[in-house]
Amino acid sequence: MKPRPLILRRGVDLFIRALSLLSALVGIAFLVWILWDVAARGLAAMDWNFFTKRTGPFSIPETGMANAIVGTFYITLLATLIGVPVGLLGGIYLSEFGRNHPVSAVVRFLSNTLMGTPSILIGVFIYAAIVLPMGGFSGLAGGVALAIIMLPVVARTTEDMLALVPNELRESALALGAPSWKMILQIVFRAARAGLITGCLLAVARVSGETAPLLFTAFNNSHFTFFEAKGPMNFLYDLSQPTGNLTVTIFQYAMSPYERWKEQAWAASLLITGAVLVLSVVARILFSGGHTRRA
Amino acid sequence: MENRSSKARVNIADLAFRILAAICAVSIIAVMVAIALQLFAGSTLSMSEFGWRFLIDRSWNPVTGQFGAASSIYGTLVSTLIAMILAAPMALIIALFLVELSHPVLARIVGGAIELLAAIPSIIYGMWGLFVLAPIMQRSVEPWLQSLLGDIPIIRALFEGPPMGIGMLTAGIILALMILPFITAVTRDVLNMVPGVLKEAAHGFGATMWEVTRIVSIPYGIRGIVGAMFLGLGRAIGETMAVTFVIGNSHRISASLFEGGNSIASAIALEFGEAMNDPVFRSVLIELGLILFLITVIFQIVAQLWLVSLKKQGHR
Repeated sequence: MKPRPLILRRGVDLFIRALSLLSALVGIAFLVWILWDVAARGLAAMDWNFFTKRTGPFSIPETGMANAIVGTFYITLLATLIGVPVGLLGGIYLSEFGRNHPVSAVVRFLSNTLMGTPSILIGVFIYAAIVLPMGGFSGLAGGVALAIIMLPVVARTTEDMLALVPNELRESALALGAPSWKMILQIVFRAARAGLITGCLLAVARVSGETAPLLFTAFNNSHFTFFEAKGPMNFLYDLSQPTGNLTVTIFQYAMSPYERWKEQAWAASLLITGAVLVLSVVARILFSGGHTRRA
Repeated sequence: MENRSSKARVNIADLAFRILAAICAVSIIAVMVAIALQLFAGSTLSMSEFGWRFLIDRSWNPVTGQFGAASSIYGTLVSTLIAMILAAPMALIIALFLVELSHPVLARIVGGAIELLAAIPSIIYGMWGLFVLAPIMQRSVEPWLQSLLGDIPIIRALFEGPPMGIGMLTAGIILALMILPFITAVTRDVLNMVPGVLKEAAHGFGATMWEVTRIVSIPYGIRGIVGAMFLGLGRAIGETMAVTFVIGNSHRISASLFEGGNSIASAIALEFGEAMNDPVFRSVLIELGLILFLITVIFQIVAQLWLVSLKKQGHR
């Protein structure tokens, strides 16, 4: 084999180095560009009404997104209340009880498949499984759809995080006579705390920006749906009705021909992007912090 | 694991906890089965109406009740293909930068920034694509591509027609941005796993950084890199909101990447609302969903089998 001249090899190497630096810069540039547009256009359209007034016709200036903000909060809360406990327990089974059971292999495989299933299909599924039988759109259906998206994420992270906990911890707890549920919830969970919280936060972050699974489940609503009850219970939200939420509102407003609605869509985008990014960054910092503490 | 707990005295609370955990784990199986059954049951009307022809039929007319999936399947595949062509080499070379070129501290910052791209909700990509990227595509990029490649036979057909800003190409670019962080992260991990001794040996022969990568790292990690590509592909194929904003949403098949089209996911997102009161139309969209579901499940199966064989290879 004839050796290629050194100058050519060096040249190619230099070219690749330059190209890879450039690619990394391009990637970061797009991130900054997108975030910049969202921040600049969002801030320009964000005012006090945005947080205090509910959505309404484009011709009325005194409208905001208050009901959508509250709705997104409650739908995500419902999803978390279903998805996190079920996911945690599922992860416990995979890691602690059935690690080598054939059923666990099937669960792992289907979890990965469920994570790869397009979220719009979860929306169609919930439409057929909950919306049609219940006779209408509801925040409940939206919450369940998001919970299904969270479920495999939480289960698999839980399994991975529990697997990192050394077996000696489990054995010493059992040797002291602790039943295994106590051993898992009080010893193993404590040891894996940082990782578990990170996993759950990332799962919440992921679903709170979802739009597609809410389109035909929670739908939208320009009203608040607080329960009418007087007294201490009136912060509770009635999720049996169509429920206004930020992402579907962004979709409708951005696709509309009205300038004011488009501006409000940017403001809502800023809010949801900010929330999701803060959640993900906090989750990551928490996890790296947990690592150094253990080390 | 089994031995340890069976030695302990099994009390009621323990048994209940164990059963509860098992139920929660099995619920994932139940959900997947339920999704498959619901999509199948919802499609039966459309299947009996249009049969297998549905898959290759290009017509789409809700008024006359003529439906075919061809344009949606075509749009899904083409937009995904564009995304892969753009994102795969870029992800590989960014991973190279993170592993081989940059200082570890810089690599963490750059890698973290790229990963943040994955955290941005897809509807934001859609809005940004429609209001920021599409006008730029229309004014600058698409005319430039036409002047550059518009005279070459055959390739010319890809860039014909008036630049509209929205269409297959813009959808592909947005998708590429969205899957870039996933492919980059996995490729970076794969390149990090290449044993230092192997690379040092090649460096000892006087090989340059790129030669080491080409001759040692890429062949060593090729299975993992292909796995990363599968991951990106699976993401791109079912992405909904970002595509819906910029693909143009017309049920057409045309060679030009500047023309509007639609994908399975975007068709469902946009038209399900009006289809709800028309049983056939609704069933058609659910059958589209079933097709998308089957495509992604097949991809997942292939990707996971691939990764399992990768792990076995790693243990050897």
